[in-house]
Amino acid sequence: MRIRIDHSTRYGYARPARFIVQMLRLTPRSCESQQVGDWRIETDVDARLRRSEDAFGNIVHSLYTERPTDSLTIRVMGEVSTVDTGGVIRGQSERLSPLVFLRDTALTRADAAILDFAQAIGQGDPLDRMHRLMGALHRDVAFEVGSTSATHTAAEAFAQRRGVCQDHAQIFISAAHRLGVPARYVSGHLNRSDGQHDQDAAHAWAEAWIEGLGWVGFDPANGICPTDQYVRVAVGLDALGATPIRGTSYGGGQESLTVALHVRPVQQSQQQLQSRGWG
Amino acid sequence: MTKAFDEMNGGGSGSIRDSYKTLAAWLQNAPPDLLQARSRQAELFFRRMGVTFAVYGDEESNERLIPFDVVPRIIGADEWSGLEAGLKQRVSAINAFLKDIYGPQECIKAGVVPADLILTNPHYRPEMQGRRPPGDVWCHIAGVDLVRTGEDGFYVLEDNVRTPSGVSYMLENREMMMRLFPDLFAEHSVRPVEIYTDMLLRSLQASAPDGAGEDPTIVVLTPGPFNSAYYEHSFLADKLGVELVEGGDLFVNDDTVFMRTTEGPKRVDVIYRRIDDDFIDPLTFMPNSAVGVPGLMSAYHAGRVTLANAVGTGVADDKAVYTYMPQIIRFFTGEDAILQNVPTWRCREPEALKEVLGKLDQLVVKEVGGSGGYGMLVGPAATKAEIEAFRAKLIADPDDFIAQPTLSLSTAPTLNGGDLSPRHVDLRPFVLSSPAGVRVAPGGLTRVALKEGSLVVNSSQGGGTKDTWVLDN
Repeated sequence: MRIRIDHSTRYGYARPARFIVQMLRLTPRSCESQQVGDWRIETDVDARLRRSEDAFGNIVHSLYTERPTDSLTIRVMGEVSTVDTGGVIRGQSERLSPLVFLRDTALTRADAAILDFAQAIGQGDPLDRMHRLMGALHRDVAFEVGSTSATHTAAEAFAQRRGVCQDHAQIFISAAHRLGVPARYVSGHLNRSDGQHDQDAAHAWAEAWIEGLGWVGFDPANGICPTDQYVRVAVGLDALGATPIRGTSYGGGQESLTVALHVRPVQQSQQQLQSRGWG
Repeated sequence: MTKAFDEMNGGGSGSIRDSYKTLAAWLQNAPPDLLQARSRQAELFFRRMGVTFAVYGDEESNERLIPFDVVPRIIGADEWSGLEAGLKQRVSAINAFLKDIYGPQECIKAGVVPADLILTNPHYRPEMQGRRPPGDVWCHIAGVDLVRTGEDGFYVLEDNVRTPSGVSYMLENREMMMRLFPDLFAEHSVRPVEIYTDMLLRSLQASAPDGAGEDPTIVVLTPGPFNSAYYEHSFLADKLGVELVEGGDLFVNDDTVFMRTTEGPKRVDVIYRRIDDDFIDPLTFMPNSAVGVPGLMSAYHAGRVTLANAVGTGVADDKAVYTYMPQIIRFFTGEDAILQNVPTWRCREPEALKEVLGKLDQLVVKEVGGSGGYGMLVGPAATKAEIEAFRAKLIADPDDFIAQPTLSLSTAPTLNGGDLSPRHVDLRPFVLSSPAGVRVAPGGLTRVALKEGSLVVNSSQGGGTKDTWVLDN
């Protein structure tokens, strides 16, 4: 299907910021499950953007503002054509060995409770165990907006058995590591089945490395593997590594953040689908 | 323990080693209280100059003088040429190893080092995979710790390739000795260590990125006055004739690093950084770091700035990776290692762990990520309770530890009250790498364990320092 994404992030500053530096991981890359069409980044103040690719394969733009400003809006928009691959990622070159994704970070380090939880998943082949892990997480950790913040660790979120998609993904990664399975964090977008096109925040899930299959997505917040409703944007060891925007301002003081996100399907005729080979 | 090899008296046959003959005769003829008087003078000078070192975990005094011993440690010309060749070989291999690890990883594919040891190592930086720092130089400055057990028995204890410190003591100690003992220098042909700062400056200049021009702008980046080595940072900036900056003095615009100056922003080409990887750029590494430069890694990845040392070098001086250094040297240079490794048990290997647990009282056990003598067990000097506490840590997390036999470090004559007594010493020479080659300053920092019988020379654990003399032929 074709998904249209329009994602605006507005920073407001208490005082005019002399200068702002940001690293943007807002631009999806194409792979077998998604073809990225005309993707654009716009800012509402003059800024320089330099595009590069990081070691994780993410497209990164470094942003530098040109003059003092009391607010900055970064808007990305474009269309992505997706196909359902059952969550399996193919057609993306990987610079990093899967073993790298056995590394724990401050956000994904397991505590005794996550270790117990992981061990309770039981034996079986890795794919099977990851499905059971996803199911158990979906069942045991409630989705509750506002119950955690962006800096909550997997262990902290797991202790209260509540969190948002970021927490589900990080607990999944943490537990997968304890089971010896490489796992990583994915930030991206979900075209919601309930027709809720205006969203408050981007989505996040996890991918696990399954020998013979490669990277396979798991969305423990929804209890399913990603389908053609999903658009991957960035990957990292944890939420911090795949953060859409990391930045700092000089002289701006306290900053406020507002996100406006619209994710909707694009209506198109069957003929168009076939001509693109995505039917 | 058998009697240690002594730098002056050798293995105990009673004859003075050649390199020490002149000093020994001088010491024999010196008036009884001369050394003590000079020693007091040295302390006074150092205090006045403010040469201090903050000791972690020492509530009493935030900054303390490292004891200075006035009796020099002497290395003969032949001994030195062997050491120099060994150090160059080792650091060349480390550079090649880092280039490979962050590149094609041939040494992993060839089975020289285990993949998981590297790729899950906390000091391996995935962010650097596929990157090439300017000139392919990773380890611009290394401070390799050597110990000696016999006439030809030099061992590498640690390769310090992150932000090695101590070079200011090497330079200050020499200055002090020349002031206190001009007569002794007149009787010896001592190679100059003062050339170190010039070597360093040339080395950093030669490592500048493309487009930096003939006269690249170099800065020393310090975490600030609260860092234990701040004195050294300011000392080096001063000697190099470059700016000492903190993170807040720099900023990145358009993937280029600038320094704020009274005449406006000035482009910076080379950063001799004394800040650990974790803190260097809050937009890539630890987000709450207040001492780094936001966006620095973008400029680095764009090839617009040189960081000395490169980001990610720590994977080469990890204590577990150290154990593979002989094979790493052979793989990358095609030669056998000139300098030996201390035989080491890798506690991550079950057989080795079993053996180590069986004789903890005889071994030195170190945390693989630790440094500065923190978090280690010196078996022969430890109490039963300390050994048992360490045993529990070791069993809980064997991957975190290596163990080595307790080496009988060489001793050197050291002033002890009014007398000279043998005290155990090590040696940290400084090795500089640039696209123009690898060079070693003729000398180093000799650290001495001032307590009788002690084998721990770290300044944080009560060690002192000596001037190190490398003799010319």
